[in-house]
Amino acid sequence: MSERGRWTGIDAVYRAESRRVLATLIRLLGSFDLAEEALHDAFMAAAEQWPRDGVPANPRAWLVSAGRFKAIDRLRRRARFDAAETDIAMLIETAAEPPEDPATIADDQLRLIFTCCHPALAPDAQVALTLREVCGLTTEEIARAFLTGTPTVAQRIVRAKAKIRDARIPYAVPEKDALPTRLEAALRVVYLVFNEGYAASAGDRMIRTDLSAEAIRLGRLLVELLPDAEALGLLALMLLQDSRRDARLSPDGDIVLLADQDRSRWDRGEIEEGATLAARAMRAQEIGAYALQAAIAAAHATAASDGATDWQRIVVLYDLLLRADPSPVVALNRAVAVAMRDGPAAGLAAIDALAADGALADFHLAHGARADLLRRLGRTSEARAAYQRAAALAKQEAERRFYARRLSEIAS
Amino acid sequence: MKYMLMIYQGDPRGAVSDATIAAYMKRIETYNDQMKKDGHFVMTGGLGFPDSATCVTKRSGKLAITDGPFTETREYLGGFYIIDARDLDQALKIADGLPMTEFATVEVRPINQLVT
Repeated sequence: MSERGRWTGIDAVYRAESRRVLATLIRLLGSFDLAEEALHDAFMAAAEQWPRDGVPANPRAWLVSAGRFKAIDRLRRRARFDAAETDIAMLIETAAEPPEDPATIADDQLRLIFTCCHPALAPDAQVALTLREVCGLTTEEIARAFLTGTPTVAQRIVRAKAKIRDARIPYAVPEKDALPTRLEAALRVVYLVFNEGYAASAGDRMIRTDLSAEAIRLGRLLVELLPDAEALGLLALMLLQDSRRDARLSPDGDIVLLADQDRSRWDRGEIEEGATLAARAMRAQEIGAYALQAAIAAAHATAASDGATDWQRIVVLYDLLLRADPSPVVALNRAVAVAMRDGPAAGLAAIDALAADGALADFHLAHGARADLLRRLGRTSEARAAYQRAAALAKQEAERRFYARRLSEIAS
Repeated sequence: MKYMLMIYQGDPRGAVSDATIAAYMKRIETYNDQMKKDGHFVMTGGLGFPDSATCVTKRSGKLAITDGPFTETREYLGGFYIIDARDLDQALKIADGLPMTEFATVEVRPINQLVT
């Protein structure tokens, strides 16, 4: 085997197995840092031995076992300087051999997700730790994706690991009574990662596909490990939003509204999978906010044209969503759907009713939606003022360009 | 592992009736008994109001005694528990059961060293 071929082989195993091996090593060794060193050592040993002796029948089990022995070795060497390490090494040595039970191994990945998404960690740290440990992104990749410095991300991860160790955050799937809240926290992290990849919160890099792909991969993993209705709903929602990725920006990077998008550029595979998952989530006993958002996204995605959209169904789904998640943004979306069903005057009345309580005063989309309805009603000067307000509040370059374009269209 | 639960609360004087306080005390006693039965209880204490506090510092060998805490915060440390828990999740679950969570913030912190 050539030098290059040898490394390609290890690379493929690394991509397929490293996160699962790490998840199991953390449980066996009781420490993130020790497990990461052990993972590194195990792959070094594999790179040396596999080309010579052949790839073992069960590479994952081989790597776990090698990592564990290497960690004991390391601790023994350290023990010459620190007596406390001897105890830890003995403890790990006397612990049971790595179990071959596939359910335990699968649970290791869940343990890792729930530990990284523990609400005792700061939200920023939850995201960074999940991307680092569960997805295997490098600190540099995470920093680039979030437009922050590598030292900042590195420090977040170091602090989070220190808290896990010092406050003894358990490496465990939460108990039944705590599971719904903890799952909600984990789903929130996954959706945050997706949104960060789908629409940057600031700056002009609208699309960061890699992060969204990681979030979808995480969503799939959660559904596979814990088939909860909200996990299904979130995966469906992410797939349906992602299906429009190529159509929602023009070649120049300008925003294309849903109604104006070229539907032939929507990803049919993602729509089909997303719509099926959304329907499954909607059949659950308790329907949550992600399932409802997915059902709304599916109603848009499966309409043959904008004109063929079932706005009645969408308004009803928004009514249900308002009950599950009574936020001003949901109410705004409902008002826009009402405008599509009953006309711009009805929509404007709904938005103005919302604006009365002031919660949307600084939200650019509220002014943008209002401007659009005023324009359709021929109230041009009011529309202009609303577009100007929206443009002033928008944070992204593409959004500001969109409002500027609308303003110039009104003027002409 | 030992954890300290620190109860940060607002001043109840003039804001909460004696009957309400008595009702809370009764629930707290019941919960303390439950913690003892489950083997989590180490000790608890209620502190005097911040205006009863005196601060002591020594700088370059010179003793200084001053009145009260330094900052005027609305929430102050009103009491504490020391508990025994397997891990943070168990400690959080125990904290979650404290009747005080309804009016105070309970800070959960690991104790690195406990000397008695």
